[in-house]
Amino acid sequence: MTTTSTPPRPTTEPRRESFGPVLRAEWTKFRTVRGWVIGLIVAAVLCVAFTFLTANGSHEGYCTGAPPPGSGPNSPGSNCQVGHPFVPTGPSGEAVADSYYFVDQPLTGNGTITARVTSLTGLTSTQPANVAPSLADARPGLAIWAKAGILLTPSTKQGSAYAAVMATGGHGVRWQYNYTHDSAGLPGYISSASARWLRLTRAGDTLTGYDSTNGTTWAEIGTTRLAGLPSTVAVGLFVTSPVSFQGSNGSATQATATFDQISIQGADASNAWHGRSIGNGSESFYPTLGSGGYHRSGSAFVLSGSGDIAPGVGEGLLGADTATSTLLAGLIVGLIVMIVVATMYITAEYRRGLIRTTFTATPDRRRVLAAKAVVIGAVAFVTGAIAAGVAVPLGEHVANSNGNYVFPTSTLTEVRIIGGSAALVAVTAVAVLALGTILRKSAGAVAAGIVVFVLPYILGQFLSGSAQEWLFRLTPAAGFDVLATLPRSAQVAYPYTFGNGYYPLAPWAGFAVLCLYAALALGVAAHLLRRRDA
Amino acid sequence: MTAALRAEWTKLRTLASTGWLLIGAVILTIGLSAAVADSTHVTSGSGQDPTKLSLTGIYLGQTVIAVLAVLAISEEYGSGMIRLTLSAIPRRLILLAAKTANVAGLAFVAGLLAVAGCLLAGRLMLPAAGLDPAHGYALVSISHGATLRAAVGSVLYLVLIALLSLGVATAIRDTAVSIGAVLGLLYLPPILVQAVTDPLRRHLQQIAPMTAGLAIQATTNLRSLPIAPWTGLGVLAAWAVASLLVGGLLLRLRDA
Repeated sequence: MTTTSTPPRPTTEPRRESFGPVLRAEWTKFRTVRGWVIGLIVAAVLCVAFTFLTANGSHEGYCTGAPPPGSGPNSPGSNCQVGHPFVPTGPSGEAVADSYYFVDQPLTGNGTITARVTSLTGLTSTQPANVAPSLADARPGLAIWAKAGILLTPSTKQGSAYAAVMATGGHGVRWQYNYTHDSAGLPGYISSASARWLRLTRAGDTLTGYDSTNGTTWAEIGTTRLAGLPSTVAVGLFVTSPVSFQGSNGSATQATATFDQISIQGADASNAWHGRSIGNGSESFYPTLGSGGYHRSGSAFVLSGSGDIAPGVGEGLLGADTATSTLLAGLIVGLIVMIVVATMYITAEYRRGLIRTTFTATPDRRRVLAAKAVVIGAVAFVTGAIAAGVAVPLGEHVANSNGNYVFPTSTLTEVRIIGGSAALVAVTAVAVLALGTILRKSAGAVAAGIVVFVLPYILGQFLSGSAQEWLFRLTPAAGFDVLATLPRSAQVAYPYTFGNGYYPLAPWAGFAVLCLYAALALGVAAHLLRRRDA
Repeated sequence: MTAALRAEWTKLRTLASTGWLLIGAVILTIGLSAAVADSTHVTSGSGQDPTKLSLTGIYLGQTVIAVLAVLAISEEYGSGMIRLTLSAIPRRLILLAAKTANVAGLAFVAGLLAVAGCLLAGRLMLPAAGLDPAHGYALVSISHGATLRAAVGSVLYLVLIALLSLGVATAIRDTAVSIGAVLGLLYLPPILVQAVTDPLRRHLQQIAPMTAGLAIQATTNLRSLPIAPWTGLGVLAAWAVASLLVGGLLLRLRDA
């Protein structure tokens, strides 16, 4: 007798079931446990609530002049007020310092201005940072980013566009424009034996900087187009000198420079030089030593100035509020809840014995782990994105209305912060799930998960700054580097330490460290799942 | 009561995890203290508190003590053992009292060993970090009144953390949620404190269990503390008592 049906072939290997049903099974398990869904909601609500609490609980005040000894920042007698001092914003929306002494005249149309810098010396305040600096308490000392040179700007309003060629205290001749752009010219220190010739030309919207050691052979350092430059601009000589840091203590400085061989081609010969101090008032945030001034000796100009023309950085000068600083406490409390939920997602199965049913249904255990990781990661990502998406703008708004200075952030940066926070929560949840799989008990996974993230922040008060920074490089807490938003600049000598609000790694590098830990935990978990009985 | 105490003691003693957790608490506490002492390099003249620095490990060790105390009750709920326990000891407050006494005793022993190790590590390692008499710092010594207070207070601190955790776990009954709640309660306020300004900052430091309780570790600059040492430990004791009261009340009122 013949039949048309083929006999069942002996299977040498188990049939590979597709991933979809496993994923659906795990998603159903998560969705139908009421406590876990409530846990997600609690995580998001606590995140937003703690962000609000932080933002609402911090009030910024600032003082000018010396407060009486032993008094708080808001005590009567010191010249203190609520709110923050004026911080200029540069052409591309970033916080900038724009304080200097300027001796200028108008220039209409194209022209060239040339000058020679024959000396550049400096004074550094010896007063602590919270006391108004005074020239009477200053010792000689030139800041490495002290600047003296030729500057062209359409307006002397703080934060205006500009281009400048300058000699500096320790970085040679530089060509800089619009605060963030910088290129190097001749190296070396300024003295009468090694004077530097500087030249800036305007041709239409195009500005070019040159330097020279002798005034005959010129080298171009840099050029730029400042679009929309008006026909009449201010050109002239400027001197400024930024806050100089010893450790984390900043002191205001002042620089004095001598210029000679000054010539302007293209300007009206009847124009007179006009000296002015820009951004040196008490309403300005940038600490300065004196308001600067100038005098002429023969054909030479001697200018003194204090301040900086550079990106604004750092909490030492500006306060630490960024779009993320209020988020941190909220993110940590949300993480703690998420760590608990992610742990229970696997340990509850072991406790109830459900894991044996799960593995009977899906004998390939790594698929179960993968499905669980996908589900908890996706759920954590969505929860984190919603929570951060609400918390970040809320924190920023509340901090702003409390009078705190919040560093301006672009929309792109905010999207990065929100996406980064969500990814941080998601990867942490996956890592804790793997840890729970390894340990099969909640206690160790929850405790380790929480301690690893909170302890590096708590220990800051005991560890030296560098030891704490290593924790944010090497431990899973490096994931918090995605919150880094404080601006850094190579043009500002500032201690970019964790204590000043700077995370040690670039955002995605820190996130990669966390991902490595998660991958390691997943690998160990997958290996143990195969080796052990359930 | 004696029978309840002995029953609970047998249960705790015969769990493999108890021994490992106690050893872990001691090792992690001393280890962190030693690591901090090792990474300390003092350059400026004053402002450091050698005793407090030596006892830094408590910040980590308390986690293990909290886990131990939480497990003492939550694992019984997890495995269903609690129903058997309550059949044997129907008076639930007696049961809680017996658990409290046992957990407190274990935390005390672990705390004693850990604190002694920390102080020893501080005494041996801190002079190399520049905290020696030549720089105006006395060696860490228990004969110094303030150091004795810090040492005794740190042991008591660990005992109170254990009681607080036991109370929370009795109320919550689930291991993962209880540990999350206890560690959140301990570690979140200090992080919040760093982000807010006075007067909220000071109030937070005065009422949060960890920041208030650990004021007991300070031996210098007592006037700048947000709360006096013994008062701070009292605040933590109030937290522990309150959590045990709530836990006890819920234990009495609810079905197991």
